[in-house]
Amino acid sequence: MFKPSILTTAICLAVSISGVAQAQTLNWARAGDSLTLDPHAQNEGPTHTLAHQIYEPLLHRDMAGQITPALATSWAALADNPNVWRFKLRQNVQFHGGEDFTADDVVYSLNRAQMDTADVKGLLTSIQEVRKVDDHTVDIETKGANPLLINNLTNLFIMDSGWAQANGADKPQDFANGETSFAASNANGTGAYTLVSRKPDEKTVLKLNPNYWGKGQFPLEVTEIVYTPIQSAATRVAALLSGEVDFVQDAPVQDLTRIAGQDGLKVVTAAQNRVIFFGMEQGKADLETDSVSGKNPFSDKRVREAMNIAINRDAIKKVVMRDQSSPTGVIMPPFVNGWTEALDEVPTYDVDQAKALMASAGYGDGFSITLNCPNDRYINDEAICQAAVGMLGRIGIKVNLDAKPKAQHFPLIQNRTTEFYMLGWGVPTFDSAYIFSYLLHTSGDKRGTWNGTGYSNTDVDAMITSLDSEVDLAQRNATIAKIWDQVQEDVVYLPIHNQVLNWTMKDNIDFAVQPEDQPHFKYLSFK
Amino acid sequence: MFKRWLDSDFMYSLVRTPTALISAVVCIILAIGALGAPWIAPTDPFDMASIDLMNGFTPPLQANDFTGETFLLGTDDQGRDLYSAILHGLRISLFVGFASVLLAMAIGITLGLLAGYLGGWIDALIMRVADIQMTFPSILVAMLIYGIARGILPPEARADMAITVLILSIGLSEWVSFARTVRGTSMVEKQKEYVTACRLIGLSHLNIMVRHILPNVINPILVIATITLALAIIAEATLSFLGVGAPPTEPSLGTLIRIGQDFLFSGQWWIIFFPAMTLLALALAVNLLGDWLRDFFNPRLS
Repeated sequence: MFKPSILTTAICLAVSISGVAQAQTLNWARAGDSLTLDPHAQNEGPTHTLAHQIYEPLLHRDMAGQITPALATSWAALADNPNVWRFKLRQNVQFHGGEDFTADDVVYSLNRAQMDTADVKGLLTSIQEVRKVDDHTVDIETKGANPLLINNLTNLFIMDSGWAQANGADKPQDFANGETSFAASNANGTGAYTLVSRKPDEKTVLKLNPNYWGKGQFPLEVTEIVYTPIQSAATRVAALLSGEVDFVQDAPVQDLTRIAGQDGLKVVTAAQNRVIFFGMEQGKADLETDSVSGKNPFSDKRVREAMNIAINRDAIKKVVMRDQSSPTGVIMPPFVNGWTEALDEVPTYDVDQAKALMASAGYGDGFSITLNCPNDRYINDEAICQAAVGMLGRIGIKVNLDAKPKAQHFPLIQNRTTEFYMLGWGVPTFDSAYIFSYLLHTSGDKRGTWNGTGYSNTDVDAMITSLDSEVDLAQRNATIAKIWDQVQEDVVYLPIHNQVLNWTMKDNIDFAVQPEDQPHFKYLSFK
Repeated sequence: MFKRWLDSDFMYSLVRTPTALISAVVCIILAIGALGAPWIAPTDPFDMASIDLMNGFTPPLQANDFTGETFLLGTDDQGRDLYSAILHGLRISLFVGFASVLLAMAIGITLGLLAGYLGGWIDALIMRVADIQMTFPSILVAMLIYGIARGILPPEARADMAITVLILSIGLSEWVSFARTVRGTSMVEKQKEYVTACRLIGLSHLNIMVRHILPNVINPILVIATITLALAIIAEATLSFLGVGAPPTEPSLGTLIRIGQDFLFSGQWWIIFFPAMTLLALALAVNLLGDWLRDFFNPRLS
């Protein structure tokens, strides 16, 4: 009887002394999985989230959304040449495989990220050349002075050049065409966590990198991360309620009250830098999935206007989102430079006016069309699409809903094989140029890669290109305002709302909501 | 005529077996509800344009906060009247059930007769295919067929074809039990003297199979058909629950249960409760009726 109690005391003591360094596994769940481990292949939120644990960019946005040094320690434009930014790199950093991190890796990675198959290339359109100065200094030369260059680098991850070359990963994986590659299923970064195992859409296990350069600077209290995508909302919540997972990044809005009310769990809320909207193919002469032959109803602006005022955004907010969203009239979250209250104003819901517009466009009897919708990406994505089906039905547009997982949904947009789709857009650069470049510029090799609408306006294109090298910020903002005016006038997209983030977790976890929905687990600590 | 039917052994046994009688009554009520759905249901749940999203999540018999409307069984997340949705969903579930059982029967009886009567390599081939299919759970076979069919169909036809594909996949996965029973019985019948007599007077094989053997194997088939009907209804609900069956815009009972499952934790119990109870009542009633039929047709059991 005596011995065990001594032993127990000893164990208790040992545990309390080593309390800080205790091994802690974090079970993390969200609706969908990362699409690929190749850090340059897909410019998509959850893909970047996993990549941020394993790889690192030169600089990133911390949990408060502030730009923070990562692999670069300092940066500044050269005094004598504003077109060149000089980055001082962090010394004594090693990749998970033991390779030293040098300027060559930065040059290699940023060049790789500009190749055709790199989805992140749209972030680097202003870059002329990336040059090595010495082993720990890199210059990035832009086509004109680009004061906002660093905003574009927060999701541009650095790979080891030797590792990528040795494994045939010189070119980013061509995700939209279904290519698979070594780098898509293996990873070798400098980040706080190393990849232990991964089964796509099932489970990914990461463990703490023992040689991480940031030891002592970050809490690093999570020693193992188990990432499980759980598509069903109810199953995800059940897993959290039962204690099976510690952190659910996207708890369904209807269950927040229940979760907040349960002992040991909490909900942390913040506005998200992400807007949800519908896109319509308006460039093609005829659509395949519609009931109209010989012409494209979406190319008629009156039809787009009618749809815009037929959607009751308030009802979506109240019923589908349970007040966890802010309806909007522009595809730009309020965080973004260029946002104004006037642009954000919600279009007035008016079915009669919408019907009149449909009739004047010659579609008084309506038409049918297929809507492609993801079912594991955005908050209540499928329910929003269903609600839109009903609302558009009232003005005679019979919508066939085709909802599927994002891994099958997104290629439809990038290959322009969908004619009516839902998309959400976060803006990591916090600047309008990012939205213009990806979503509104004529679809092409470098820009407009997520513009599935076929919208093409040469004046707008010219203005978008000019933003890359406009030094005068006042002039630049004036151009941004002009582009928005034109785009709003043309009703290119149907904006729905900006998302509100609700991270749910065990209440012994100390973790703030990151406005881009990008948790960096190295910052997580336990109470 | 009607009186003779009431006086038959069948009715005598039915009326004196309480479970069978209750099951039969439940089946009839549900069948009337399903057949009469377009006239009985207060709203058309498939007409998305007539649904007001603001009516979403209205509890049963309570007025909606925004619109003030009241619904007997409440509404789902899209503001659809659950009572109407259940009636129409029941219609889809029963239709898919009956149609797929008919398909399974047609395939099963044909193959079973051929195997049992002709024997030899035809018998071996058909029965090995049946054996192989038996090793997979039928829901898995149904999902496989469903996946292939969806892959072949162009995306715009998928919504319209969803019900046909469901019938095909369930029908093709349930034929084995029919084939096995028919084969066994017809092998026994084949040895009997009346078949030998038929052959002696020169009747064709087809004639013998269809006109002489088939009527003698029909009783066990009816029993299996009833039990398979319950299985098919459940299979349809399972497929729809998994999201590969009836589309959310035209929900069957399984789709309604899938939708309701998302709101289990948030207190909107009625969205899953009523469709689930309806499915339970339907499947249980059909099953119990099937059990009783089996007992009735098998005098050795009683």
